[in-house]
Amino acid sequence: MKVTQLLASAAMALGLAASAAMAQDDPVKVGFIYVGPIGDFGWSHEHNIGRLAVEEHFGDAVETTYVESVPEGADAERVLTQMALSGHDLIFTTSFGYMDPTINVAQRFPNVKFEHATGYKTAENVAVYNARFYEGRAVIGHIAGKMTETNKIGYIGSYPIPEVIQGINAAYIHAKKANPDVQFSVVWAYSWFDPAKEADAANALIEQGVDVIMQHTDSTAPMTIAEDRGIVAFGQASDMANFGPNAQLTAIVDNWAPYYIERVQAVIDGTWESHSVWHGIAEGMVEITPISDRVPEDVRAEAEALSASIAAGEYHPFTGPLNRQDGTEWLAEGEVADDETLLGMNFYVEGLQGEIPQ
Amino acid sequence: MDIFGSINLWVLLASLMVAATPILLAAIGELVVEKAGVLNLGVEGMMITGAICGFAVAVESGSPALGFLGAAVGGAVLSLIFGVLTQVLLANQVATGLALTLFGLGFSALIGQGYIGVRPPAMPRLDIPVLAELPGLGRVLFRHDVIVYLSIALVAGVWAMLRYSRIGLILRAVGENHDAAHALGYKVVRIRILAIMFGGACAGLGGAYLSLIRVPQWTEGMTAGAGWIALAIVVFASWRPWRALLGAYLFGGIAVLQLNLQAAGVRIPVEYLSMSPYLITILVLVIMSSGRSRAALNAPASLGKSFHAQG
Repeated sequence: MKVTQLLASAAMALGLAASAAMAQDDPVKVGFIYVGPIGDFGWSHEHNIGRLAVEEHFGDAVETTYVESVPEGADAERVLTQMALSGHDLIFTTSFGYMDPTINVAQRFPNVKFEHATGYKTAENVAVYNARFYEGRAVIGHIAGKMTETNKIGYIGSYPIPEVIQGINAAYIHAKKANPDVQFSVVWAYSWFDPAKEADAANALIEQGVDVIMQHTDSTAPMTIAEDRGIVAFGQASDMANFGPNAQLTAIVDNWAPYYIERVQAVIDGTWESHSVWHGIAEGMVEITPISDRVPEDVRAEAEALSASIAAGEYHPFTGPLNRQDGTEWLAEGEVADDETLLGMNFYVEGLQGEIPQ
Repeated sequence: MDIFGSINLWVLLASLMVAATPILLAAIGELVVEKAGVLNLGVEGMMITGAICGFAVAVESGSPALGFLGAAVGGAVLSLIFGVLTQVLLANQVATGLALTLFGLGFSALIGQGYIGVRPPAMPRLDIPVLAELPGLGRVLFRHDVIVYLSIALVAGVWAMLRYSRIGLILRAVGENHDAAHALGYKVVRIRILAIMFGGACAGLGGAYLSLIRVPQWTEGMTAGAGWIALAIVVFASWRPWRALLGAYLFGGIAVLQLNLQAAGVRIPVEYLSMSPYLITILVLVIMSSGRSRAALNAPASLGKSFHAQG
């Protein structure tokens, strides 16, 4: 009994000493949770590059931690609670499916600030940030439309959520403009990261005569298969040229670093406030890597011009006239989609085949 | 021959064998381990370790065959850790197995640092002359890489070994009642460790099949749960080798079929397609195992129990 009491008081003393020491230099503690491994060379990889940029920028003033491969759902809530309990000041939750866990944990820890990527629920201490991936998808859609010979384009989707549907629609609209005969085959993997399944999906699409593959899943497997089977593809989230030196026409790269640095600075300055931002090519959050030489020069120039006009705000990828898949009017001539519709997008545009799983 | 409009049946059958092979290899290894009375939940960890060991050896040596050998060795060595902890030090098998998975995932990521974005040497397909040219069946049966045939041979071998050989009898005795086996003079611990290493080698081969042939690349966490599927298949196959083959092919086949159905634009709701591999595999195997007495379920009686020689 005495021994345990002694131990307990010693532990308490140590704990107090530790927390006192913490209070002295007090680096800002920033946590990240990722849906895949940081070595996925796709989505989570780019978020981790953003984290490393934060470390480099702030040096000793900031301490960062991360947890990778956290399943969306109850597990995320547990990991977030753990992070909040262990003294983090700011936590970035970097996948759509962390939305509700983030809101739930944020309610219980009002002093911890949260930043959720790609969602739409905010709170006093929960900010939301997102990238306009569809802008990049419009550009690669145009290239895909020009490059396909079989007029069949394959699209590997993860989950039927607005972000992915925006991408499919934007790519289809611009592929169709470039090539009126184009058809899209969409395969849902129901996973963000499963290389074997993504590879099988790519093979299944190629068996159906697809000669251009786009993906909205996070592994590099589809790119590898495209390279092996001699067709072309586009990198997702990260430059995947290593995995498809011939196959990759270009990649959409998500550049989170500037945003992460800005938000950590805000915490240090005490100016952090909840907000909801949605940055695109103009702000540099969505980048398009140099287009491969395989793409004819005129198509490259068109794609670059398209990207430039989107960045300059002269052109919006969702500009009317556009109909929904069922033929009803969505946008009238010259009308531009509002962000609210885009963020909740749950319909295909006219011309796309198949149904969105509900 | 086309089904559902534009899906070629023969291509589908050929690709389902490829999709099922990693799970089948891991499952047949785990089956032997469990028949010896050991529950090793570390299949996922051994698979991913095999995936990177095989990948690294194949890249460094330029030979896919050496890669597969390296994968088997890597998986076996990792499983030996489990073997020593559970058989010699009598650690809890469930906890140790789970820890092995966690360790394998992290350890493989560490070794894999230098191999991201590297292309492995291609494994030649074993195009059997004349037979491979047969329409339809030729592509299904005679145009695979050697590992596909090896996996089927392994199933046959394990089946024959368990059923007809003395070694099989001893292995089953150890799994059914380790005290009796011990009393008869069999080295329970040694036999179990050997079985565990066999399981590790098979899981390693399965992992390397992913990283060298099915996906051909190394990515962290690329097994993405295949090891857990293999574990489930062993149970639902009620510890019978041929049923494990059926289970793995069913699972792999339906997983490939549902992607093909989606790609072909067949109008079946994707939610159903997506859950179908799990549902159908479980259903078929459960129905096959039902309607008999519990003894027919075949679970080794000493499964998961620690053995400590008394007296």
